[in-house]
Amino acid sequence: MVPLNHYLVLSGLLFAIGTAGVFLRRNLITVLLSIEIMLNAVNLTFVAVGRYLNTVDGQIITFFVMTVAAAEAAVGLALVIALFRHRETLNPDAFTSLKW
Amino acid sequence: MAQYLPPPEIIAQLGLIFVVFNMLVLSAAFMVWMERKVCAYIQDREGPNRVGFEGVLQPFADVIKLLFKEQLKPKAADTVLFALAPLISTTAAFAAFSVVPFGTETTLFGLLEHPIPLEVTDVNVAVLVIFAITSMGIYGIVLAGWSSNSKYSLLGGLRSSAQMISYELSYGLAMAAVIMMAGSLSLREIVTNQSGYWFHVIPRWYLFLQPLGFFIYLCAGVAETNRAPFDFPEAEQELVAGYHTEYSSMSFAMFFLAEYVNMVTVSAVATSLYLGGWLGPFLPSWLGWVWFLVKVFLILFFYVWMRWTLPRYRYDQLMEFGWKWLLPAAVLNLFATAAVVLWIG
Amino acid sequence: MSYYAFYVFAFIAIVSSLLVVGQKNPMHSVMLLIASFGALAGLYVLLDAPFTAVTQIIVYAGAIMVLFLFVVMLLNVPREEPTPASVSALLGPTGMRVGVVLSLLLAAEVVWAMSRVGVGVFSQGPGTASVSSVALIGRALFTRHAFAFEATSVLILVAMVGAVVLARREQH
Repeated sequence: MVPLNHYLVLSGLLFAIGTAGVFLRRNLITVLLSIEIMLNAVNLTFVAVGRYLNTVDGQIITFFVMTVAAAEAAVGLALVIALFRHRETLNPDAFTSLKW
Repeated sequence: MAQYLPPPEIIAQLGLIFVVFNMLVLSAAFMVWMERKVCAYIQDREGPNRVGFEGVLQPFADVIKLLFKEQLKPKAADTVLFALAPLISTTAAFAAFSVVPFGTETTLFGLLEHPIPLEVTDVNVAVLVIFAITSMGIYGIVLAGWSSNSKYSLLGGLRSSAQMISYELSYGLAMAAVIMMAGSLSLREIVTNQSGYWFHVIPRWYLFLQPLGFFIYLCAGVAETNRAPFDFPEAEQELVAGYHTEYSSMSFAMFFLAEYVNMVTVSAVATSLYLGGWLGPFLPSWLGWVWFLVKVFLILFFYVWMRWTLPRYRYDQLMEFGWKWLLPAAVLNLFATAAVVLWIG
Repeated sequence: MSYYAFYVFAFIAIVSSLLVVGQKNPMHSVMLLIASFGALAGLYVLLDAPFTAVTQIIVYAGAIMVLFLFVVMLLNVPREEPTPASVSALLGPTGMRVGVVLSLLLAAEVVWAMSRVGVGVFSQGPGTASVSSVALIGRALFTRHAFAFEATSVLILVAMVGAVVLARREQH
């Protein structure tokens, strides 16, 4: 049986990969995808520790995290569409100045 | 020699997987034949009658013809996704059948010590697994539409996937009402809850307790499998052939196979949820799979009959029906079921 | 047996996540992320959480990723354009290399920290796997966490209205 800290190491690694994606990628869609990777890493931690402590609360918090992630993805993508209409680019560096 | 073989349970499990897979492929072939024959008789002609007795070998002839065709790929198509799309469609179609039970436990005429239930596997969240795998099947269509790099394919793919997502809601809500009545997510338990009779004559099927739910489930199931009257995205007169315009030979055959296997899965889940699965009179319980096949065949016949009788919906009518009529009906059905279950149970 | 399954799923999850972050074509990134979600669902099944696994496939891989796919298809931006040097030197190729090194340091640090949490082993008794039965989850969700549940329904409504308003074309 796999010990708990294997799961924690895996989720830590996934979180680091997601963070690297958010900071280093220059494409808004990939940034949003990296945020989803980070949220999934957190979900894995919750479920693993919930199983370790023999409680069902881990999975319930996962349920809420998934709901929030869905809402955030929807609003984030709506923002991306609105931004794309103005500048025709998805590079976040094109939006650094406040005036059009 | 016997000590080199794996234990009999593993052989039985592998045998079950083999049987289910082959039955699905054969049922797709049977559906090809039945569709052409029924269509022909509805249109007052005979249909295929050259190849084999009454044209029974026609689907095999079709497959052999398709195998000999050239496999084309548009030059600007995305290679990986173009090849992946039919695989995703077909895999999702077959995988969804893995949790559908088609018979009671059997010992295979005493060869096994412990009886095995007749299904590939049973998880306690079986209904949700079917729902999940069906929603993965959408990717095959979306990727086929996008990666073909042609406007008919893209429009067809987008419309088809938007239709499937919209009708998934009513599909899930109709299933949720049955789950509420049965108190379990496992299809095997839902079927065993439908055993017995009222007044010794009427079987305790959920069809009689949930007529509106059955209607909603069938409408949503027909829309999910992109069949008439909801087949606007792949109608020949509208969009050439929709998302599988640019596919030929075996890739096209795989999309066809996926569509028919999806139909079989929707019918099988409908019989398990509403028509009592493998339960039926006159036959001993170990022959329950015969009743299962009969009921699935009836629903498949109904599918084919609907295709060649009803005109197809226009796309905006289709979406309006799904969102404005079917979804509120499914929600009302759920509320009414919840109220009755609370009041009685 | 579940030992090997863990390593297979973990390998798939990490490799697909790395490729998601590294791919140039956003369409391929989306498909690789779906593979990563599938691997995570497998990990949830190994953790005796079949309901969470199925919900992950339905919600994440089946709904959120379809939304991403639609947006990528409709916006039709094939590749990432390089940042013009006029914006900042930090974002040029040198900056990217420094960033990759720093993120490797972050990953190493996180892995070091997590592996020192203490070797806890999951309890295996007969009653422990039933902790995740759907009935238990439902009961806890609708009694102890009922307020949060209702709040998420308001959240989803707000997000839906917001997404429609934000993505609407401007009316003149």
